[in-house]
Amino acid sequence: MQDPAITPELIAAHGLKPDEYDRILEIIGREPSFTELGIFSAMWNEHCSYKSSKKWLRTLPTEGPQVICGPGENAGVVDIGDGQAVVFKMESHNHPSYIEPYQGAATGVGGILRDVFTMGARPIAAMNSLSFGEPSHPKTKQLVNGVVAGVGGYGNCFGVPTVGGEVRFHAAYNGNCLVNAFAAGLADADKIFYSAASGLGMPVVYLGAKTGRDGVGGATMASAEFDDTIEEKRPTVQVGDPFTEKRLMEATLELMQTGAVISIQDMGAAGLTCSAVEMGDKGGLGVRLDLEKVPVREENMTAYEMMLSESQERMLMVLRPEKEAEAKAVFDKWDLDFAIVGETIAEDRFLIMLDGEVKADLPLSKLSSTAPEYDRPWVETPAAEPLADVPQVDPIDALKILLESPNYAAKNWVYEQYDTMVMADSARTPGLGAGIIRVHGTDKALAFTSDVTPRYVKANPVEGGKQAVAEAYRNLTAVGAKPLATTDNMNFGNPEKPEIMGQFVGAIKGIGAACLALDMPIVSGNVSLYNETDGTGILPTPTIGAVGIINSPNDIIGCEVRDGHVALLIGESAGHLGQSALLAEVFSREEGDAPAVDLDAEKKNGDFIRANREHIKACTDLSDGGLAMAAFELAERAGVGVHLDSDQTPDLFGEDQARYLIACNFDQAEWLMTEAGKAGVTITTVGKFTGDTVRFGSSEASLEELTSLYHTGFAAAVA
Amino acid sequence: MKAAVIVFPGSNCDRDLAVAFESAGADVTMVWHKDSTLPQGVDIVGIPGGFSFGDYLRCGAIAARSPICQAVVAHADRGGYAMGICNGFQVLTETGVLPGALLRNAGLKYICKTVGLKVETSSSAFTEGYNAGDTVNIPIAHHDGNYFADAETVARLKGEDRVAFTYTDNPNGSISDIAGILSENRRVLGMMPHPERAADSGHGGTDGAALFRALTGALAPA
Repeated sequence: MQDPAITPELIAAHGLKPDEYDRILEIIGREPSFTELGIFSAMWNEHCSYKSSKKWLRTLPTEGPQVICGPGENAGVVDIGDGQAVVFKMESHNHPSYIEPYQGAATGVGGILRDVFTMGARPIAAMNSLSFGEPSHPKTKQLVNGVVAGVGGYGNCFGVPTVGGEVRFHAAYNGNCLVNAFAAGLADADKIFYSAASGLGMPVVYLGAKTGRDGVGGATMASAEFDDTIEEKRPTVQVGDPFTEKRLMEATLELMQTGAVISIQDMGAAGLTCSAVEMGDKGGLGVRLDLEKVPVREENMTAYEMMLSESQERMLMVLRPEKEAEAKAVFDKWDLDFAIVGETIAEDRFLIMLDGEVKADLPLSKLSSTAPEYDRPWVETPAAEPLADVPQVDPIDALKILLESPNYAAKNWVYEQYDTMVMADSARTPGLGAGIIRVHGTDKALAFTSDVTPRYVKANPVEGGKQAVAEAYRNLTAVGAKPLATTDNMNFGNPEKPEIMGQFVGAIKGIGAACLALDMPIVSGNVSLYNETDGTGILPTPTIGAVGIINSPNDIIGCEVRDGHVALLIGESAGHLGQSALLAEVFSREEGDAPAVDLDAEKKNGDFIRANREHIKACTDLSDGGLAMAAFELAERAGVGVHLDSDQTPDLFGEDQARYLIACNFDQAEWLMTEAGKAGVTITTVGKFTGDTVRFGSSEASLEELTSLYHTGFAAAVA
Repeated sequence: MKAAVIVFPGSNCDRDLAVAFESAGADVTMVWHKDSTLPQGVDIVGIPGGFSFGDYLRCGAIAARSPICQAVVAHADRGGYAMGICNGFQVLTETGVLPGALLRNAGLKYICKTVGLKVETSSSAFTEGYNAGDTVNIPIAHHDGNYFADAETVARLKGEDRVAFTYTDNPNGSISDIAGILSENRRVLGMMPHPERAADSGHGGTDGAALFRALTGALAPA
């Protein structure tokens, strides 16, 4: 087949700007071949190169005594004591999921699982953060059903418990849903595998499933805005095979035991290209690939297609040659392909051969190190207008509106489609706050949460960025965990617009400040830009995934609310209603500033909860819907009513930060009051858990009626 | 008691089942699906949950034709004990060791949650730790758990007291609410729910532990 001529149209179709193409000419001193153009486009697109975000990502705190490996590898690695480590990351699969929801979401889960087991860790927990358009939008139901089925279909078969996540709806996602998948794995701290190749003439081995034409150009697609030609992009979405992924995981972990692996890299975005360049670049070596040796499942594949295919469930490895037979035996056992497709070379070359013909010959180190980097112009998000009056409402009527909204209704419809208990170490399954997974065979457990409040970030990127981290900190704290580290998944619109870039910069500043103050360094992450359709951007959505540690089963704060327990509020309340759930859902107003985040108060109050966890029978953080929603959630979980003294809208629905609601008996309440006094923590008795009704002041409804609304709202709106 | 847990390439509850057996005092050997014999002196074979061969074709259909399953069938034919949980139950119906079939859930969706089960009989090595009529809480996690058999078979299962468990609130459309059944000689149990996920206090429920304890007791060397 004749390769097409390199024309300005072809260059533009590869997402390369004219000045970027000029840089290519400068680097190689000649016109690139078609395959070479494809390789540059894969390496330099936004998705792989982080060219718009790198400058700002560098400002994030990434270090701490607990961090074994920060950003830059397939996933972050964090020490959890006893020679063990948790390995985790979150990654988006937004564009593919909008085009083909089941496969897009499924392969998103597959990609993140691969990132984790590539480092030598067995996946033990998954989460997903999903953002959809408004429930009434004609596409929403199909997306919700497809994405949830895809997440479940992949994760359930693979065999990883889904322990948490988020689902939200907002008109800003009508044309661009978000699917952010998180995975965490467990490894021995001294047996982590990295991607840097070493040694000359070492065999480069292809592992896993065969290569097809699926996903060719996927990473470039994911770096472009959507328009009405979107349906034509369906063939760029990959198809997942979780059964192969499960075998690939088992085979890879088994292979690592043999000592055969020098370095290993999964084939994700831009498949063979990115993985080979990454291994060579990090090891300061060149790589030669002989493409005729690549296992393929379609005939007559070109070098271009093989280099850009995003077929799933594949890995690339540099092998210790003396271990070849042993390594191959492992892959034979699991009925997976194992093929030596090239070798490491001394020269700085990325040499791609097909049947003896040179298809690409590029300076390898230049492919990633000279990738463009932009200091995009940005403007600070203007301060929000002060909030106009919010009329007083009947608090029970307002609560009912929240409970029926798919944003705040129970998410059973979603998480019951996920296996939340496989591996038999789930100590707390989804439904309220953080999920907990026991560290198999030890007394330890890990807590997981995923959080962001996009309407806050839109109103005030800096405070909104802080709030996402602070809420994750509180969710981990509320189950008794000590927060360890964070992964961020930055979903934003078109960074070439200064106001969007301003949102990104603001959010990074807020996240950085919060991660530093709360000692939750960022160890991995992902950036998804150009989340726009026909020029309209999504709400800025920097999803925060966080992991905390619990050292003993006794340290877990359960949910043991009993009739007669006191309801105690930790933290200061000012009745902040700007950008609140109440305002959005009851009054359809998105106005005012986001609540300010006092990081010192967050730290102090969180430490107080952990120090006194044995005196706390149940605890939840206050976030969307404020005290009213938190009180209802604890009451609903326990099946015991709750009576709060106040009936004032700001008291009940204000969303001030750094707050928790606690249930405990009278003696414990006395203890906590005394201790709070000593620690300078604000503590207030706000009511009690009792009876079978929810009562705010003199307004009341039966817990049964509210529970029924809470459990039917989601399916009624979008199922 | 010596237990063997079969491992298919897509099994994902194999370790969970082994842990539950071990917690009840059993010695456990993991057996690879390409093997054609069971270890010497095995008292019980456990076929775990998961997606044995990706659940492509039909759940359990490919696994039922694997080398090890010929050995499992021979073991059951000789009067040996076996239990299949979830995908393992599907494998046992596909081999014909247990009657009936598991169809797609009536609601067409995968369901994972803890459900109520009624113990229908205490007369088996698996269920003698319960009283008939007890309600126990055990998780389910399946897409194809809708038990079906023809009327004659169902009548026979009931007449011979071979229904081990029924759902108190049928989640998947199973005929006669059937969640688990016994073989004619009462030595093979197939059930969709996962007792190994409710076997220690950290699981939030321990109703499944009695099954493993009873089994170890019944099969302990005299």
